[in-house]
Amino acid sequence: MPDAPPPVIQVTNLHKSFGAQAVVRDVSFAVAAGETLVLLGPSGCGKTTLLKLLNRLIEPDGGTVEINGCDVRQQPPAQLRRGIGYVIQQVGLLPHYTVAENIAVVPKLLGHAPAAIAARTAALLTRLHLPPERYAGQLPQQLSGGQQQRVGLARALAADPPIILMDEPFGALDPITRASIRREFRELDELKRKTVVLVTHDVTEAFELADRIMLLEAGQIQQLGTPRELLFRPANGFVRRFFTAERLALQLRTLTLSDVFAEEEANKLLLEVHNPSLAAQNTLPLSSSTTNSAHTEGSAVNNPEVRVNNQTGSPAILSASKQEVTSKTSSAADFTAATTVQQALETLTGPNAPLASFGVPQLMAAFGEALQREEYAWKR
Amino acid sequence: METLSALFTFWHEQAGKLGEQTLQHIGLTAGSLLLGVLLGVPLGIWLSRRPRWAPAVLGLAGVLQTVPSIALLGVLIPLLGIGWQPAIFALFLYSLLPIIRNTFEGIRGVPPAVVEAARGLGLTDGQVLRKVELPLALPVLMAGIRTATVINVGVATLAAYVAAGGLGEFIFGGIALNNPVMILAGALPAAGLALVFDALLGGVQKLSTRRLGQVGAALLVSLPLLGGLYLLPRATGKLLAGFSPEFVGRADGLPGLTKAYGLTHLPNVVLAPTLVYEAARNAHVDVIDGYSTDGRIRAYGLRVLRDDRRAFPPYFAVPVVRPALLREHPELAPVLAKLDDQISDSVMTNLNYQADYLHQDPKAIAEAFLKRRGLWKAPRPAVAGAPVVRLGSKIFAEQYILAELYANLIRGNTDLAVQTKTGLGGTTICFEALRHGEIDMYPEYTGTGLLVLLQPKPTVVDSLGGRPAAVLGYVRQEFRRRFGLEWLAPLGFNNTYALLMRGQQAHELGIVSVSDLGGYLQK
Repeated sequence: MPDAPPPVIQVTNLHKSFGAQAVVRDVSFAVAAGETLVLLGPSGCGKTTLLKLLNRLIEPDGGTVEINGCDVRQQPPAQLRRGIGYVIQQVGLLPHYTVAENIAVVPKLLGHAPAAIAARTAALLTRLHLPPERYAGQLPQQLSGGQQQRVGLARALAADPPIILMDEPFGALDPITRASIRREFRELDELKRKTVVLVTHDVTEAFELADRIMLLEAGQIQQLGTPRELLFRPANGFVRRFFTAERLALQLRTLTLSDVFAEEEANKLLLEVHNPSLAAQNTLPLSSSTTNSAHTEGSAVNNPEVRVNNQTGSPAILSASKQEVTSKTSSAADFTAATTVQQALETLTGPNAPLASFGVPQLMAAFGEALQREEYAWKR
Repeated sequence: METLSALFTFWHEQAGKLGEQTLQHIGLTAGSLLLGVLLGVPLGIWLSRRPRWAPAVLGLAGVLQTVPSIALLGVLIPLLGIGWQPAIFALFLYSLLPIIRNTFEGIRGVPPAVVEAARGLGLTDGQVLRKVELPLALPVLMAGIRTATVINVGVATLAAYVAAGGLGEFIFGGIALNNPVMILAGALPAAGLALVFDALLGGVQKLSTRRLGQVGAALLVSLPLLGGLYLLPRATGKLLAGFSPEFVGRADGLPGLTKAYGLTHLPNVVLAPTLVYEAARNAHVDVIDGYSTDGRIRAYGLRVLRDDRRAFPPYFAVPVVRPALLREHPELAPVLAKLDDQISDSVMTNLNYQADYLHQDPKAIAEAFLKRRGLWKAPRPAVAGAPVVRLGSKIFAEQYILAELYANLIRGNTDLAVQTKTGLGGTTICFEALRHGEIDMYPEYTGTGLLVLLQPKPTVVDSLGGRPAAVLGYVRQEFRRRFGLEWLAPLGFNNTYALLMRGQQAHELGIVSVSDLGGYLQK
């Protein structure tokens, strides 16, 4: 793809063994600027090792890591890492530093002016809902787990690095805190502009945050693609089995109204429930096709907006601008083509159910048909 | 109460000495700690990077810790001589284990996530150590230094054995003299120092990590300064004396000598009795106290300075017996009398030389001596059920030899069986054993009988005036009266305190007597 911008991270034939055990085997991939890549896999699959190979916390046995086209081994590790944000599960705040001092570590190392550091720290704390006048002077042990993780994120963002690496950043939090902090992360403007590589073993988390997911097993890439591809076009039995337990929940989260309803129908439905101006604003590039064949999605990697044709000729919209979709709260009458089935269900069954032209039965029937279409497409 | 007032009197009288010893004590502790920190902390850090070596290094430091301090000093003296060097080195070795171990454990105790995060943020290895690991390990590290400090304050009392000063001087003087007040005079300040240091460092340890770093650095700076206390200028003179603690403390030792000769300008260090001769021989010191019949006088080419003003009381060796023994076995008296006046100072020095320096068996020495004097007879065959004469001796070569001499004579000239109970520790043990009939006889010295066992009023001692016959007469009379024990006739030699110098140096300076020494120092 000659017109594609050069990847921010380019990994080629990376290999790493600990003793006799190969932990990362011949892994190659590229991450585009602004993309969020999730490394997903069971414990011991090599995802954390792979992440640490990127900022040289671990040195590879073979292969190369290039950041912005430059081999990471050409820089001293410490200098390299100052340009890459790093967030880990245990947070690892320096216990003898205050919140503000923790955030200031990297800017200080980089020799930023104290006034600039102070302003940046205050801004980050405010944005992460930790009022600086209250929290800046506190020690990490005075904070809750969720607050610590926010400070950890602020620390990684302090010097505004273009790349952020995250190793199970929400893994140590209870489910409710985790969900709320995850939402905060997703909505943080700071992060939207960053290239993010995130490690998790939590499938829901991966689907919620990822532009693309790399599913790893035994140090090898099983599949690298959008959440939708992994779900509906599993590359092998392992990928398929990996999502078995949560398949339905993931499908509900992944398929949108435009996926389950035919185009005209969808437009009609949406307009009925929608304020016209909003509808216009939300009009997405609906496409129609009369072919009955599903086509492969080789270009998906570099093209976040992928059109999927389905058998019945119903238009399908895949919006990869997930932030836009998920940032919508499912208030009444807020259905768009990009509303997921899950959100629509929640709205329809909620206390302020909108007066829609379809009810839960119609929605679920359409959802079921859509699943079957996807299944057919994959089997062919 | 009485002890307490005696203690304060002692401190009052010895205030200058007490101050000097305390400063020396602090100096020794701080100096050795400084070395311990300078080596132990880097070693601990190194171990935290290579934990594979930890068992070996910590094991070795642990073994050093278990070596008894006296033995360690004994090993170090041939290498480092006497003085502050072996003392500081030994203390340094003792401080290593807690410092290394706590540095190592402290760094290992830093949460790995914190270190990983720090590295991930772009801190270099050195920055991780300085900004993360060391500050976080500091409370544990300080605990190690605190332990080492308290250990060292205690062990530093032993420095007095190697002429390094400190509060041990009083303690060992007190032990040698069986003087509880003197022991307490050194032990209480030493314990006080340990408590003060412990409390101080305990307080430091409770500080926040941030303050701890600053205070720790301040402490590190203060250690050399405290260590420097040891080097405070001290009285110096043309000659340096090295005295055993007992000599310094007892009335007929240094105090009596100073009084009789007005010896001034003779600075002295205190060291273990067993080391004074070595110290003189190796010219660490010039004047030492000793015993006039010690074998090492001959071995090391030392010279006894003549006690021309009779400052040292006579210590003539005399067998002390239970009178019942002589009544039950009248044949014994003439046998024991065979040694009367047979052994002069130089003869005894020579016999001691054979034992102490040539390491010959006391039994063989006794036999050879008797043969030379024509007193030797082969032991008579043992008679079953024969009464047993139990001979005691104190725990040094001269007494062993004397006991063997008597044992030989008794076996050769009577049918009595002999049992020797040698090595009965000090004077008090032998005397109590004799008094309670656990032994029948042991050789005692007139001066010891007078000053240690009878302890008469100073006026009585003064009235005797150090005349040998008068002293013997007094102890004989008083022992009969108070303990029902009998002093026989003197063996001839006077094993008294003596001032000794290297023969060559004494010759060069023209010093023959203690008066000469005083004159030389005055010049």
